[in-house]
Amino acid sequence: MTRSKGSMKRILVGALTAAVIIYCAAGIDYSGAASFSPKLALDVFQGLLKPEWGYFYDGSGEDLISLLLLTIGIAFLGTAIATVLAIPLALVSAANLWKGHTLVPRIGKLVCNVLRAFPELVYAIIFVKIVGPGPFAGVMAIGVHQIGMLGKLYTEEMEAMDEGPVEAMMAVGANFWQSLFFARVPQLMPIYTTLSLNHFEIAVRSASTLGLVGAGGIGAPLIFAIQARGWAKVSIILLGVIVTVFLIDMLAGVIRKKLR
Amino acid sequence: MIEFKNVSKVYGNGVRGLDHVNVTIQDGEFVSVIGLSGAGKSTFLRSINRLIDVTEGEVRVDETSITGANKKQLRKIRCHIGMISQNFNLVKRSTVQKNVLSGRLGYYSTLRSILGLFTKEDYQRTLDALERVGLADKLHSRSDELSGGQQQRVSIARALVQQADIILADEPVASLDPITTQKIMTDLKRINQEMKQTVVVNIHSVELAKQFSTRILAFKSGKIVFDGLPEELTGEELKRIYGRNILEDQKNED
Amino acid sequence: MKIKDTVHYDWYKKVLIFLVILAGIVASAVVTEADFLEVMQNRKQMYLFLEKFMKPDFAYIPKILGPMMMTLKMSVTGTVLGVLFAVPIAFLATEVVTSNKAVTFVVRFILDVVRTIPNLLLAALMVAIVGIGEFTGVLTIAVFTFGLVSQLIYESIETIDFGPIEAAQAVGANKIQTAVWAVWPQVMSQIAGYTFYALEINVRASTVLGYVGAGGIGVMLNSSLALLQYGRVSIIILVILGVVAVVDFVSETIRRKLR
Repeated sequence: MTRSKGSMKRILVGALTAAVIIYCAAGIDYSGAASFSPKLALDVFQGLLKPEWGYFYDGSGEDLISLLLLTIGIAFLGTAIATVLAIPLALVSAANLWKGHTLVPRIGKLVCNVLRAFPELVYAIIFVKIVGPGPFAGVMAIGVHQIGMLGKLYTEEMEAMDEGPVEAMMAVGANFWQSLFFARVPQLMPIYTTLSLNHFEIAVRSASTLGLVGAGGIGAPLIFAIQARGWAKVSIILLGVIVTVFLIDMLAGVIRKKLR
Repeated sequence: MIEFKNVSKVYGNGVRGLDHVNVTIQDGEFVSVIGLSGAGKSTFLRSINRLIDVTEGEVRVDETSITGANKKQLRKIRCHIGMISQNFNLVKRSTVQKNVLSGRLGYYSTLRSILGLFTKEDYQRTLDALERVGLADKLHSRSDELSGGQQQRVSIARALVQQADIILADEPVASLDPITTQKIMTDLKRINQEMKQTVVVNIHSVELAKQFSTRILAFKSGKIVFDGLPEELTGEELKRIYGRNILEDQKNED
Repeated sequence: MKIKDTVHYDWYKKVLIFLVILAGIVASAVVTEADFLEVMQNRKQMYLFLEKFMKPDFAYIPKILGPMMMTLKMSVTGTVLGVLFAVPIAFLATEVVTSNKAVTFVVRFILDVVRTIPNLLLAALMVAIVGIGEFTGVLTIAVFTFGLVSQLIYESIETIDFGPIEAAQAVGANKIQTAVWAVWPQVMSQIAGYTFYALEINVRASTVLGYVGAGGIGVMLNSSLALLQYGRVSIIILVILGVVAVVDFVSETIRRKLR
């Protein structure tokens, strides 16, 4: 009896899902596909296969290497600022630190959620207007967005941690700050570092796109090259971005292993 | 001396953790607390150092009321009460030395302790405490590199470094094998006899309770249903407390 | 008392790490011409901004709903497309199905490369090749999802229970049969979970893809910002927030049911 009920449910769910998917797929304007010519794509691919090696380094400070380093710098500073500021935010948002007062953690979590809801691009546009175009706008954009993301993750880890050692500290006569430093911090430090590292990797990716709106880094030259159809330049830049992200990911992996 | 005067604890959902408990524990006793899970053992133990706040009555430690103490006084009182738990409650990634040293935190101001400025005397006390439990060579080992029994002994060392008058133990041997269990219980007994420290142990093995304690308290539904010498704890009494002769059951299990 | 006997016995390690991070921060600050004083000085501008943001233009909502639905449809279609391609490739990327290490290595390498490209750049590239419009957005999301989900799938294939696989091989099933009968049933629900995880990410990402012309609500965001219509910008963001919250909620509920 239950068996047929179960499979009835499954068929219904499957049909519903299929219906939703078909509805979505049907709603797309496929005129784009019509204007797509294979020859154009072929042109592009051929162009991509001949990277403009000269752009790699020409000492002007505007070349690939310099801009890639700048991009990494944007990501690093942004993540660093976010890490430093996310910690107090997490202290405010973690419910287990505010037993009995549910309002404060709720406000803290709200701040986290608001900060991380805005896409980094939007922050970048805003900061370009405030501090002017350039890499610093990118730093602020990444920083502010990551405060929300790291804040939420740090709070979750804080709320999920083992309270046993904390209880032991209370039993010994330690006050709140002592138990924080002796019981909570040692447990959380490795996790927080890993999370920051992960977000640094993500930040490098974002930083390479923020240049699009004037927030510095490799994004602007790339977009201009694409729009000008300078495929040789596009391909060398893409190559640079891919290699950079790759190397950073590997470095992060090495550091993660050391943390165990 | 620990005094419970008409203490009750009612939890938010209406459950009675403690029900009008009246008991006095003198200095130097080795008291085992037995009873089914949820009978009130944990609540009782944690009311002694006020990790749990009681809803009625007064708990006094060494003539001072702990239920009425403010934050500062509470810290002072807790400095003299050591606690060990089933899960050892050590900071796993910290060294043995740091874990034991943290027993002295109650005596330090926040700033000094965070900067790690402990006194020479306290470092020596740490070494002495570890020597007492036989782990002086593990000073700089990471705590999670030790076995369960060793971790529990570090926990005991932490209680010793406090120079506490009272040691509370919440199921200290529940996660240890039989041989280590005997070692730990013997250590506690030694501390009780040599250093004249009061020991209150929550334990679910009636056999161990009878073997080591000078007095047994049994809880049922938040009330004390037995308070006397280990010899007085017969099968009849056990039937009353647990509903069956637990001692027979536990003997048969072994 | 020697330092090495105290809790600070590894002080040199801690100092070294601190200095390295400090060096990184200083280097980055110099390179990015970071000027925090400037932020302070320009804070009046920031307040002005915040003020304008505080007055969302609610009358603009009807104009947003259409593009928002479009963005959703884009995300769903792109995600499904990406997952559909990810599944067979993921199987190829595991040694479980293909015992050929060379194939596994090549496939994983290609997937890594695809995954490394930020999806806004992917979108810009797609726009240049295919032209502007929602279809491009769908393609971008599909490629991005493909890279993301295929790794998740092959990692979960590697951690499944090998019992049924051995059983299938023992009765003489070939690679494809083993894959379908022994591997697939185990990873099926996890793949569904990953699909929803990708959907959550894609809904967020698709809202800005329009900035480079890949369709959806990003296009309106772009134009409102360019026209300095901050009231519209804030209502667009609010709507995006609402939709993202709903999608997250639905996704969480379904993923919980799948466990």
